[in-house]
Order: sequence, then C-alpha cells, then structure tokens
Amino acid sequence: MPSHVSAFAVFFASIFTSNILLTNYLGMCSFLAVSKEMKTSVGLGAAVTFVLAVTTPLNWLVYHYLLIPFNLEYLRFIVFIIVIAAFVQLTEMTLERYSEPLYQSLGIFLPLITVNCAILGASLFMVIREYTFVTSLLFGIGSGIGWLLAIVAMSGIRTKLRTANIPPALEGPGISLIIAGFMAMAFMGFSGMIAVS
Amino acid sequence: MIVSLVISVAVISLISVFLALLMVVADATIGNYGIVKVDINDGTRELEVKGGMPLLSTLTSQGVFIPSACGGRGSCGLCKVQVLSGVGDYLPTELPFISKEEQAQNIRLSCQIKVKQNIAIKIPEELFNVRQYKTTVERIRDLTHDIKEVTLRLAPGETITPKAGQYIQFVVPEYGDLDESVYRAYSVASPPDDSTRVELEIRLVPKGIATTYVHTILKEGDEVTINGPYGDFYVRDTDRPMICIAGGSGMAPIKSILLDLKNKGSKRKVTYFFGARSRRDLFLLDEMFALEKELENFTFVPALSEPKEEDKWEGEVGLITDVVRRLSGDAANSEAYLCGSPGMIDACIAVLTELHMPEEHIYYDKF
Repeated sequence: MPSHVSAFAVFFASIFTSNILLTNYLGMCSFLAVSKEMKTSVGLGAAVTFVLAVTTPLNWLVYHYLLIPFNLEYLRFIVFIIVIAAFVQLTEMTLERYSEPLYQSLGIFLPLITVNCAILGASLFMVIREYTFVTSLLFGIGSGIGWLLAIVAMSGIRTKLRTANIPPALEGPGISLIIAGFMAMAFMGFSGMIAVS
Repeated sequence: MIVSLVISVAVISLISVFLALLMVVADATIGNYGIVKVDINDGTRELEVKGGMPLLSTLTSQGVFIPSACGGRGSCGLCKVQVLSGVGDYLPTELPFISKEEQAQNIRLSCQIKVKQNIAIKIPEELFNVRQYKTTVERIRDLTHDIKEVTLRLAPGETITPKAGQYIQFVVPEYGDLDESVYRAYSVASPPDDSTRVELEIRLVPKGIATTYVHTILKEGDEVTINGPYGDFYVRDTDRPMICIAGGSGMAPIKSILLDLKNKGSKRKVTYFFGARSRRDLFLLDEMFALEKELENFTFVPALSEPKEEDKWEGEVGLITDVVRRLSGDAANSEAYLCGSPGMIDACIAVLTELHMPEEHIYYDKF
C-alpha cells in the first residue's frame, strides 16, 4: 500500500524532524572526517545533496520498473549500490571534464560519498516507507539539505572549538563525537512531530 | 525455483553489463583527453602522453622519476613539483602538504593533479638522471650484529652515477603480510666512480618492512629493483674544512664522500666523528684508519657513548655531540655533513651553531 503522507511534509521532515544524519545516524564517518573546515563541509554537503537528489528517484525507477516486475526486491541492496557507484563515477568524470570550478568545489568529494551510507539509506527508506516517485524525489533532496545543515552546524561548532579550552584527553574525535551526540539529542526533540510514513 | 534463480542472475548481469558498458563509453569519450604535451624545464624535455592521468604516474611511465614514498595516495607529501601552467587551483587534498611560500611558487603534489591539457613543469635537473635499475645482489655481509652491507650489481652495460652522499630507493617486493611493493630510501655507500655497483648499509629496524626483508629474506643472487639517485646531501665544492658526523648505518653516505675525496686527491681537511654505543656497534674501523693514510688531512674519530668493560676501549668516550664540542674548537669557517636520526641531527646542529658554524653550512640527511 503506497504511503499517503504528503510529499511536502516528507520534504520538510527529512530536513528537520527526521534528519537522516542526526536521527538515523547515517553518513557519520564523512560527517566527522570532513567537518573541520567550513568550506569543505559546504562542498561535501552540496555533493551529498546532489547525489541524494538524483540517486533516490533513480533507484525508485530501478526498483519499480526492474526489480518488482522480476520479483527481485531482495536484490535491492546490491543493485542500489552499483547504481549509486556508477552514477557518482559518471558525475565525477563529467565535472572533471567540463567544469573546473564545479570539480574543484564539489567533484573531488564525489569519490568520498560513493560509500556514504546516507545515500544508500535514503534509497532503502524510500522502499520501506513505500514512497511515490515524487515523494522520493523530494525525500532525496530534503535528506541532502538536512545532511548539509547538520555538517555545516557541526563545522561551525568545531571552528569555535579550536580556541576553546578542551581537556587534552578529549581533543579531536572525542569532543566531536560528544558534540554530535548533543546535536542528535536536540534533534530528538522534534521526533514524531511529522509522520514520515 | 531454478527459473527465478536464472532470472535473478540474468537481471543482475544485465544491470552490471549495462553500467560497465556505460563506464567504458564514458571513459572513451568524457574521460578521453587525447594526447597532451608535458614540457619539462623550459623545453629541456618534452613528453607526449595520454591525458587524464595524475602527473606523477604520467611522469613515471615516461621514465622521469619523482621521489615519492606512498606511491601516489597523497599521504607522504614528497612528490612536489613546480607547475608553471596547465592545472587549476589547489585541491583540498594537496593543501595540508604545501606551505604558503610553496603556494606562491605554485608547487603542487604531482600525485594529486591530473594532466588534462598541455602543461609546463620544472623539476630539479638531477631528476633526469634518475632511472630504474634491475640489479643482482652480489654480496651480503654482516658489519655488526644489526647492520648488513648489501652490494648490488647493475645489469651488464648499465651505469649509475650518483654524487657521493646521494641515496637510491629500494623496491621491496610483496612478501609475507605485505600485499603491495613499497619503496625505502638508502644512502649509497660506494664511491661514485664505482658506477656498476651500489653498496648499501642497512640496519635492522624492529618490525621495519624493508629492513626485515633485507635481513631475513634477501640472499645473494636475488634480483632487486632500485631507482635513483636522489638527494641534495652531497659535498659542496669549497675549500672549507669538513666536519662529518654519523653513527651506525649513517656511515654509508659519509663513506661514499670520503672515498670520493680520496679518488679525487682532495687536500681538504676532513674530520669524521663516528658515534656508537659500544664496541659491537662499530664497524669498518680498519678501512677508516687505512683511509687516514691514503687521504691527506683526514682524521677519523670513533667514539663510544657506553663502552663496556670487555671492550678495552682507549679511544674517545662520550656522546658524539660532546666529543665534537671537545675536539673541534671554533668552527666558524667549517662545513658540516651529518647523517643520522632526527634527534641526533638536531643535537649536532645545536652544538655546531654553538661553535659558531653558520647554519647554511650544515648539510644533513635525516632518516
């Protein structure tokens, strides 16, 4: 039975109340690794948004027109991953060839996010929650923006941390993880405000 | 059951084949940059290469070797090259390794930037000399309990011409748990006139990838690939008295330098301070004392920091830095050549500047 949640509700929910990073903890590794600098955070966030916006509806098409007709739903994990990998690779090559500035700001992050679990996660949620094509598209875009928002917030905090007085044992990854935990707790306050499935 | 199995395999294969074809087509169209030119040192050499590859591997494929320790993964930061034109802005992957001064000269990490159009670069002249050599292990002998001397013979007809003091890179093949070959740098101990052989002095480092290989697996008659020569640690052409300080396998480049001075009939005043812990860490003493007679104005000063009772040592005792301070006097007009660990080099530089030696006259090879 297809979901009857409004596509726009899903869009806003995926940005704020059901943020894929802070409520589902997906895409944590690049979130922690790249959030040191504001500039690179924005670049990676934009790349994630772009890839999510394209691969989620792309995988919706693959799932509904290829996997379901052949009763191959159980193969979705592997198929989604190769679709994402191929798409990311193609995008990187195209950017590298045709747009130097875009490649500089976005392209070099693409190989990093081929294996970002938020990307695969969005495709799988879209299946589990039985979204329509349009909802999937908006869900992909929204999840990307939500991820961008989270990493930019994190990088802002980490910029402040550089001058902060932190116990030596917690410097670096330690304090970052604790802060990520606080942020996630704050976002948990939103949970349940908008139903996503 | 069988049918659904066949269908699933067929569908997966179809998707994979389709995507693979797509990639092949993309590689041949979007990824095809055609033939591009690499201009090295204002036209000294011009290469025509297939575009789209990183600069480092492009140069390597053409026989121009840029020193690199990590093999192009962007983690060692050694493969720096000055790029005059033909590449875009700095990539975030380069910036951690490039200082502000280097950015002003557009020094780039050659493993990170790709050759997509005609490009002009500048590299040190001596890198043209750098080549890859297939060699055979002629001899391995123990110098001390943990240092081996390895003599490599080049293939017939091949010659290598390092300056005395330079180093080569030794290619360690895959062995044991090592699943890809790695490079390690070793100073050449043989003099430059010996252009068909390369002598290395290799100390066993516990758990060292290359040194363990050399000490436990390598045997006479084996094939070894090396490339080189590299480095700016060589004797400057002046008349200043030379102070050489090195312990352990750091003797290698100093030995090459001393033999080279002898072969050239040099009359420069040279003092070589050879530091070791106890008797069992000293080696090639006879050769060095013999060299004192053959090389005019050469003094050899071996010193032990912790001589044992049974060593019956009558030479200098103390840390090598203390011995240098005690015996050198004012060094304002001398030059120093140091080879050893970063700690030892820093300590020596401190002592030498204390003896009024200008820092620009101190040359060293840290390992």
